[in-house]
Amino acid sequence: MPWIPRGLREGIVTSRYPRRPDGYGDGFSGTLVVRSAPAPAGNLDTAIAGCPTGAITRGDGRVRLDRGRCILCGRCTVACPEVFRFDPSVEVSTTSRQTLFVPEVDEDDQALEAARSELHRRVRALRRSIHVRHLDAGSDGSEEWEVAALTNPVYDVQRLGIYFTASPKHADVLLVTGVGAAGMLDPLRHTYEVMPHPKVVIAAGTDAISGGLIGTGYASLGGVSDVVPVDVFVPGSPPTPFGLLHGILSAVGLLSPAGSKRSLALARRDADGPASPEDPPVEAGP
Amino acid sequence: MTAEHDLELADSEAVFQRVAAHVSEGARFAGLFAAAQDGETRLRYVLAQDGSLLCEDIVLPPDASGYMTATSEIPAAAWYEREIHDLFGLVAIDHPRLDPLVLPLHPGAPRPRPGSWQHVGPVDLDTRALPVHLQGEGVFTIPYGPVRSGVFESIEYLVETPGEDIPHLRTRVFHKHRGVEIRFEAMSTDDGVLMAERTEGVASVAHAIAYCQAIERIAEVEVSAEAGVVRVIHAELERIANHLDSTIRHTEAAGQVVAYARLSLHKERVQRLRARLCGSRFGRGVVVPGGVSGPPRLGSSEIFGAIDEIEGAVRADLRLLLNTPSFVDRLRGTGVIPPAAAHSFALLGPLARASGQMEDVRFARPYAAYGQLGHQLLDTKDEGDALTRQRVRNEEIYGSFHLIRQAIDRLSAHGVVWSRTIGPCSGEAIGWAEAPQGEVLYLVSVDGGRLVRVKPRSASFHNLGFFHAAFPKDILTDFAFIEASFGVSIAGVAS
Repeated sequence: MPWIPRGLREGIVTSRYPRRPDGYGDGFSGTLVVRSAPAPAGNLDTAIAGCPTGAITRGDGRVRLDRGRCILCGRCTVACPEVFRFDPSVEVSTTSRQTLFVPEVDEDDQALEAARSELHRRVRALRRSIHVRHLDAGSDGSEEWEVAALTNPVYDVQRLGIYFTASPKHADVLLVTGVGAAGMLDPLRHTYEVMPHPKVVIAAGTDAISGGLIGTGYASLGGVSDVVPVDVFVPGSPPTPFGLLHGILSAVGLLSPAGSKRSLALARRDADGPASPEDPPVEAGP
Repeated sequence: MTAEHDLELADSEAVFQRVAAHVSEGARFAGLFAAAQDGETRLRYVLAQDGSLLCEDIVLPPDASGYMTATSEIPAAAWYEREIHDLFGLVAIDHPRLDPLVLPLHPGAPRPRPGSWQHVGPVDLDTRALPVHLQGEGVFTIPYGPVRSGVFESIEYLVETPGEDIPHLRTRVFHKHRGVEIRFEAMSTDDGVLMAERTEGVASVAHAIAYCQAIERIAEVEVSAEAGVVRVIHAELERIANHLDSTIRHTEAAGQVVAYARLSLHKERVQRLRARLCGSRFGRGVVVPGGVSGPPRLGSSEIFGAIDEIEGAVRADLRLLLNTPSFVDRLRGTGVIPPAAAHSFALLGPLARASGQMEDVRFARPYAAYGQLGHQLLDTKDEGDALTRQRVRNEEIYGSFHLIRQAIDRLSAHGVVWSRTIGPCSGEAIGWAEAPQGEVLYLVSVDGGRLVRVKPRSASFHNLGFFHAAFPKDILTDFAFIEASFGVSIAGVAS
């Protein structure tokens, strides 16, 4: 049984996220932020014109980046470093398409809050045990690597009660990757239909949100939200494992989505006081 | 049939005879590609011979409906001809089974015709056009996919079986077709590399290298030595990650939970190292037309340290894995591809190298810095089973570490030109790279800095065409191993 000591060789490699921030973010291009700094107009124009997915817009005197379209190519950070900057944050998933814009678009906070608490109410029963069905609706293949990475010893999502399930009939969460390829629309619809209530849909990655670089085409729907009702949006091309984990946990109300003004279960616990290493494992009851 | 039609056929027949002659003289069939241009359609046979590529073209007039099939002489042409039928509506005459492959459409429906720049509206797929009939008595079909148990890319297998053997298998890949080739059209040469990186996302670096090489050939720009070295570093890290991924799938299928956890950890560390070198876990944004976007973001000693640590752990675990009987027994004798079959189907990559076809594009047609780096060729292996494919991948992982070390030694920090400017160029060229899956080709034509037609061909597409034939003596429980040992990405098959 030479594998048994081999398995113990490294000690504990598992991340403590979300109980503790994970240092992995350092130097990693997880997302883009937009600063309202003065910039030479020429640089800004170059950045806007050079964006391959048209994710940068200018209106009501502000420059906005749509993370739901951004494929993180980083050209804007080169063309206009005064305004666009890579940020290591991985907690970027949101519960509405609108909040993927940075800086946020003024919108009806009440409606947003209502949608959030509706989701919160719907997933109340799921918190201790979350069964995820992954579905590839036309990805480039890298998304599957990042989803599969969640089961490796570093992320080890089973410690949080998250399991990948073979049957959609056992699934609480539908994790969709890919642009919404024509050949996957029926399987996607059927998979969603046979899932029991309550069910939550996560659009994982920029491709699933907007079609990414492919966008809309003869065989691409440009995202999956026209086929299934998306509850959580995880930007990224591909989304990182931590980004996906944040998306799953915010889908079931264990973490606050980005841009949220109201803390949810786990965030609330942490706000109660600094957690110590001896803390019991996360338990978020209804 | 008109006289003119006969003449066309005679013309394509002559080209086809030349192609068949090249193949019988030892050239490797590397693909058949079509491009729409001004109403006409150009078919291009690409053959690899003695360290170079040669092309044979047929130009079909606007009203042509077909050309002679090459499948009877060159079995690997079957999928290429089916793909051309789907995308262009052209019939390969006398093709044994011209079923839809990447895009099942209603008869008479408009086809995308890549290269024509015509707008194609959303397609209405006609899955009734797909074959379902069974071959043999007492046989039933087990449909598997497109949504499968586990985290997989979407693909559908129809396994025809009398109970345990797999006498016949059908592969349906159309579900994931995204229309990548059309998306390339009219892009700038700089934007094209972003699409190339997303054609087969797990081999982003290899695709970017092959694409950029074609652009650089058209623009007659040579990348600097240092840029070539940086390309090697990222391409080899990509190879290590992919080969580990294939091994992880083997251990998962064999129920080797500790090995699964260990190798997943190593793969994660490779991905993190890649992110520390360039900001992307998939090496995206590094390779650009004209060179690379910059040097690795870590110093040489830090990279050496990280490489040493990963290599030590990977070597120890792979060695133990090949000494674990409950693992090895599942792979030995599984999915045997005899050398003759690998040769006649012109298989690519590690799959071919486990069956005696030792060509490796990195050294057969050197690109980036491979021509200047020392390497050890693999010993010829020809058992052709899943275990041999695993051994080939193990040795390639060790070879990759060796190449990365040499490459880092050649990095210099001062006065380096990382990227040369590519002006608005025109022309056409082929670029290539040895992806972890095998040879990837990019046929690119550019007009005034705009992409006219880009045809990527991944090794995944070529090799998966042979998948149905890799079950000579195997049973249903071997399926997962044979699939993992092919190591293909479906995004690269039905792009």
